[in-house]
Amino acid sequence: MELTGAEIVVRCLQDEGVKHVFGYPGGAVLYIYDAIFKQDKFLHILVRHEQAAVHAADAYSRSSQRIGVALVTSGPGVTNAVTGIATAYMDSIPMVILTGQVPTHAIGLDAFQECDTVGITRPCVKHNFLVKDVRELAGTIKKAFYIAQSGRPGPVLVDIPKDVTVARCDYEYPREVSMRSYKPVAKGHAGQIKKAVQLLLTAERPMVYTGGGVILSDAADLLNRFVNLLGFPCTNTLMGLGAFQASNSKFVGMPGMHGTYEANMAMQHCDVLIAIGARFDDRVIGNPKHFATNPRKIIHIDVDPSSISKRVKVDIPIVGDVFEVLTELLSQVDASTVRPDAAKLAGWWQQIDEWRKKDCLRYEQNGGAIKPQYVVEKLWEVTGGDAFVTSDVGQHQMWAAQYYRFEKPRRWINSGGLGTMGVGLPYAMGVQMANPGADVAVITGEGSIQMCIQELSTCKQYRLTPKIINLNNRYLGMVRQWQQIDYGGRYAESYVDALPDFVKLAEAYGHVGFQIDKPADVEPALREAFGKYKDRLVFLDFITDQTENVWPMVKAGKGLTEMLLGSEDL
Amino acid sequence: MRHIISVLLENEPGALSRVVGLFSARGYNIETLTVAPTEDASLSRMTIVTVGSDDVIEQITKHLNRLIEVVKVVDLTEGDFIERELMLIKLRAVGKERDEIKRVADIFRGRIIDVTERSFVIELTGNAAKLDAFIKSVDRAAILETVRTGGSGVGRGERILKV
Repeated sequence: MELTGAEIVVRCLQDEGVKHVFGYPGGAVLYIYDAIFKQDKFLHILVRHEQAAVHAADAYSRSSQRIGVALVTSGPGVTNAVTGIATAYMDSIPMVILTGQVPTHAIGLDAFQECDTVGITRPCVKHNFLVKDVRELAGTIKKAFYIAQSGRPGPVLVDIPKDVTVARCDYEYPREVSMRSYKPVAKGHAGQIKKAVQLLLTAERPMVYTGGGVILSDAADLLNRFVNLLGFPCTNTLMGLGAFQASNSKFVGMPGMHGTYEANMAMQHCDVLIAIGARFDDRVIGNPKHFATNPRKIIHIDVDPSSISKRVKVDIPIVGDVFEVLTELLSQVDASTVRPDAAKLAGWWQQIDEWRKKDCLRYEQNGGAIKPQYVVEKLWEVTGGDAFVTSDVGQHQMWAAQYYRFEKPRRWINSGGLGTMGVGLPYAMGVQMANPGADVAVITGEGSIQMCIQELSTCKQYRLTPKIINLNNRYLGMVRQWQQIDYGGRYAESYVDALPDFVKLAEAYGHVGFQIDKPADVEPALREAFGKYKDRLVFLDFITDQTENVWPMVKAGKGLTEMLLGSEDL
Repeated sequence: MRHIISVLLENEPGALSRVVGLFSARGYNIETLTVAPTEDASLSRMTIVTVGSDDVIEQITKHLNRLIEVVKVVDLTEGDFIERELMLIKLRAVGKERDEIKRVADIFRGRIIDVTERSFVIELTGNAAKLDAFIKSVDRAAILETVRTGGSGVGRGERILKV
């Protein structure tokens, strides 16, 4: 059947099973919007800024096993979307972004709302395409969905000139994709896995270190089985939280710059480290030279060969999908009669329990100012530890990661790699569209929330009801913390003056707002938000302790065990 | 250490800029880069001459492989290979210099491919070191223009890079 390019775009999305598209119209995509208008198989969510469309699509992917899709117009539509695309790229999130482009005959002539979309986005996408011929449109969109979701996932962009959306051709959606230049490896090398199993079963001080890759390949159940079977300690990175149950006694907390004392000590002092879908990020291992001073054998499972031996030399690299490799690893462990030396392992746990006694996440909530940690702990209680939690970037993000103890994967949604302030609210929109009826909380600060605050309007339009937990300390808290510790207490531009009245602001957008400034009111306010106002967006403006810091802390460039545990270490 | 990396990639618009962008974004060196379609017009072959430690070269080949349009990557310097580069060099050639330049060109097995009253253009192929040596052996002041293609390389014998 002959269709226009615009109709083909819509049919491709339908045939791909897409149910939601986040976007914003404009000149170059008007034919596509016209075709969307005439269909009802998927819902288009109109955001208030293209950046939010991409963040929402990103969170849609993160919080479900379905892929997020964003649609924006040419020129400024694309440049506004770039932050969202780069955010998803850094965290390997599958996503398809469709962008309008000026007509093919106008490309390169500095046309109105023209930009070199493929050029601008090239360094922050897994791949991108410019479709100049309508006959290549369906095949390219199919490839985009395939590339985005296979191998190491990532955002893929398809740039579609306006004349291509008008041109006609026969439509057929390809069933399969075959590319000679792109054949991602899924299964790990059996010999390497065998070596890894031998090493693991003879380890005396083993450590399991896992990242976002476990969540992306939906291998959380396998990870829990693996750790429980061997009785090894396990840490999840910021991107990996929820992959292993935080309530399990084998969980030692998050590692890294604001990781727990016990996780960092165990990372440093183990004799066998197995890294699963994690990439030895600078925020996780600190100074790589210091990290390398303790000899240990390292096994690294990653679907992307370029992540292996990038920052840290490894002994047993295993390239493959985490799910596939863990499945094979588990079956080999099951089949083996060898088990780790129980006495040695018990000794290692004794050491870890000693480290745990530092109680590094201890804080005191007295009758004075509200402690931000207390708000997160109460949120955890009130939501039964089962909410979807998105965060922005800064101190509140670290407190959320430390004090909201995640039990399930895909519940903790944050910008780990790029560290994009402003993602929290649009992330909540994507989460809620993908998980209707679930409790969604946005843990944010008065700095971050203002970076995409306009989305309160989108939430009103689509009856989205996240609960915004604004940890308002009137400072760009993480900046202030670094300035206090490393810049002689000179708080350059980190004090946020002239804040809006967030309660009135929420009300102006048609939502509910509270301000809470006493510790005793924290829990009742949260209960009201998730109870009485379950079906409303509630903006909870918590006035918190202005100078609270995130502890422990490994300063940038320092070794993982050179931790500051509190202000007494300054 | 100097490495010569051969890449087979889809002959598509933008593929070259992905490779170049990778090198600049990650801070890798490109000494020379040549690219042209192969006998199969849907494929291009690229030769990149780069300098880096073993760790860096390992990352370069991994990242090249990661590009969606790259079909195959091989580090020629890991085995036996042949490297050639073409240079066109225009020299001021008047009076008795003309004989001298002709003699040097002959020694290097270069060919004079353009002659005017005041200049020669010499065509010379060889590895980079040979071309450098030629430049050193002529009077610097006589050099009017130098054009070099950058290195191309191919593995010896059964070392074949093909889809």
